[in-house]
Amino acid sequence: MTGNHQTLALLLFSGFVAVTLGITTWVSRNRHGSAEEFYAGGRLFSPMENGFAIAGDYMSAASFLGVTGLIALYGYDGMLYVVGFLVAWLVVLFLVAELVRNCGRFTLADVVAARMSERPVRIAAGTSSVTVSVLYLVAQMVGAGSLVSLLLGGTSPAARAWTVIGVGALMVIYVSLGGMRATTWIQIVKAILLLSTTVALTVLVLLRFHGNIDQLLLTAADRSGHGLLFLAPGLKYGGDWTARFDFISLGLALVLGTAGLPHILSRFYTVPTARAARRSVVWSIGLVGGFYLMMIVLGFAAVAVVGPDALKKSNAAGNTAVPLLALDLGGGADSTGGTVLFAIVAAVAFATILAVVAGITLASSASVAHDLYASLRRRRAKPYSEVAVARTAAVGIGVIAIALGLLARDLNVAFLVGLAFAVAASANLPVLLYSLFWRGFTTRGAVWAVYGGLIPALALVLLSPVVSGSPDSLFPGVDFQFFPLQNPGLVSIPLGFLAGWLGTVTSPEIPDEAKHAETEVRALTGAGAV
Amino acid sequence: MRYHDPWYDALASGWGELDGTGVPAPEVPAARREDGGPVLRAGDVYLDVQRSAAFQEVRSRYLRFVVPGVIVFLAWYVAYVVAATTAPGLMARPVAGAVNVGMVAGLGQFLTTFLLTWAYARHARLRRDRAALELRWDTQELTRGARGGVL
Repeated sequence: MTGNHQTLALLLFSGFVAVTLGITTWVSRNRHGSAEEFYAGGRLFSPMENGFAIAGDYMSAASFLGVTGLIALYGYDGMLYVVGFLVAWLVVLFLVAELVRNCGRFTLADVVAARMSERPVRIAAGTSSVTVSVLYLVAQMVGAGSLVSLLLGGTSPAARAWTVIGVGALMVIYVSLGGMRATTWIQIVKAILLLSTTVALTVLVLLRFHGNIDQLLLTAADRSGHGLLFLAPGLKYGGDWTARFDFISLGLALVLGTAGLPHILSRFYTVPTARAARRSVVWSIGLVGGFYLMMIVLGFAAVAVVGPDALKKSNAAGNTAVPLLALDLGGGADSTGGTVLFAIVAAVAFATILAVVAGITLASSASVAHDLYASLRRRRAKPYSEVAVARTAAVGIGVIAIALGLLARDLNVAFLVGLAFAVAASANLPVLLYSLFWRGFTTRGAVWAVYGGLIPALALVLLSPVVSGSPDSLFPGVDFQFFPLQNPGLVSIPLGFLAGWLGTVTSPEIPDEAKHAETEVRALTGAGAV
Repeated sequence: MRYHDPWYDALASGWGELDGTGVPAPEVPAARREDGGPVLRAGDVYLDVQRSAAFQEVRSRYLRFVVPGVIVFLAWYVAYVVAATTAPGLMARPVAGAVNVGMVAGLGQFLTTFLLTWAYARHARLRRDRAALELRWDTQELTRGARGGVL
């Protein structure tokens, strides 16, 4: 890559950083840092604003870089991610958004703890929320790393490391200074930037193929080297039964995971009512759906225009398909148009990573401060303000995410997100649904549901080919692989539900009728909601 | 207009104050304290509301829409994923030009998602919102009265 790309992309990206830091200082002036303000941005966003922010939270680097890369390399099999990511929103809309808005205050644990003995439930739900967030953060960090190595040419490990560290530092600044209000505005700005860039690229692709989607698909199939097989399922997950079960496992994790993602759940608290939460989900389904339809076009266009060899050469996992496509659409590597478009796409992708990372960090620092710290601190100790703890937690989570991001840098970003979804679906979703809908659910059931999903999910990942025993794994040198699937969802999600049921039926505790009545009435009517 | 939700104002009191225990700061009891009132625990209020016909109606309207809805879209999605893995030949069958059954099914998932979103939002707006809002007011009145009687 030439110096022009780099300078322009860096300039654009610095512009974004300057604007977002401006937003952060602007919104945090004259604020006294109450918990309401820090975690929920004062709960005064409109449904449209929150809808854009949710879409911004969700359209992560994983979709923009990872999914298009998977479609470009594996054709139809990459599309499964897109379909799963979208259908998942129906689970959120039907079962979770309004009820969670009505029952909780800041976090997932609020909803569960309202019915149960508070301390063990909060510790369990807080732990699993932080785990999910950290996994998701790692995916975004890896995305940042592969983007910069493309931008700076070559794969200088030092440049990669410094980018990851820089992204981590910026996110800590946004979160700890600006809280939810700044994070939400950054998401909105980013969502608009990302959507306009995607629309522009899609229009350019359609112009290139004279609006003929059929020709686009045929060219993609032709250049991929697989022929029409490229347009049918089976290239990535087609082979033996292990691969097929992996595909089903992934599909299950994607569709059930979204409703358990802490940074999505915490978004519903930024609007005043359940009705506003519902309308923000409707907004975000529209935005996310349109975005994913364009991603499919861009993924096929990347292979049709750039070709599979150039894509694989740049990044083996396909994470750089969209920037390369932009370079070609603008007129090629030596033209002004290509340089500008490439720089814009790279800068927007960076902005995406930064914004998503800020959103997740905020949600996980809320879990640490509001759930873990509040339950674990010694009763006699001088209580620090919860918000101060949350700000400190943001720094700690940043450090962990940076370290893991450096370690996992060669995995596909969308695949890493698939793991985060699997853990969210196994550990967070069962406990959430049981406490909203099951009259007889008890404290032991809640605690078992969380750990019964979380521990198997993590253990199966550790024992899977992702970590050891295959040439592509994190530690290719050792082999303690035991579980054949890359995604644990197929096993761990049912285990989470099963553990919750088992814990409930074996517990001596008699479920509290009045508390269940309170949860149900509050969930469906909004009485007493904050 | 941003804050046109009718019950927005009702929420504004008691916001932002934490008493350090993670539960909302108690609302100021209404003037009912001196008239004695019915002595109810706040928990009993919720039990009463839950048993009321009005709440059962809201609840069953919600469940009657959501339960079949969830079953339908999950079944359709699982069928899609399973078909993609076990019957790639079927999914590869051409429909028109380069578009095959798998592509149509994938786009069909998009379409059904948009349709169900629209249907849910409409159902909630027309069939649930008003009744839920009335119940919310009544419940809050009752809990306030209950707190006033006990505290």
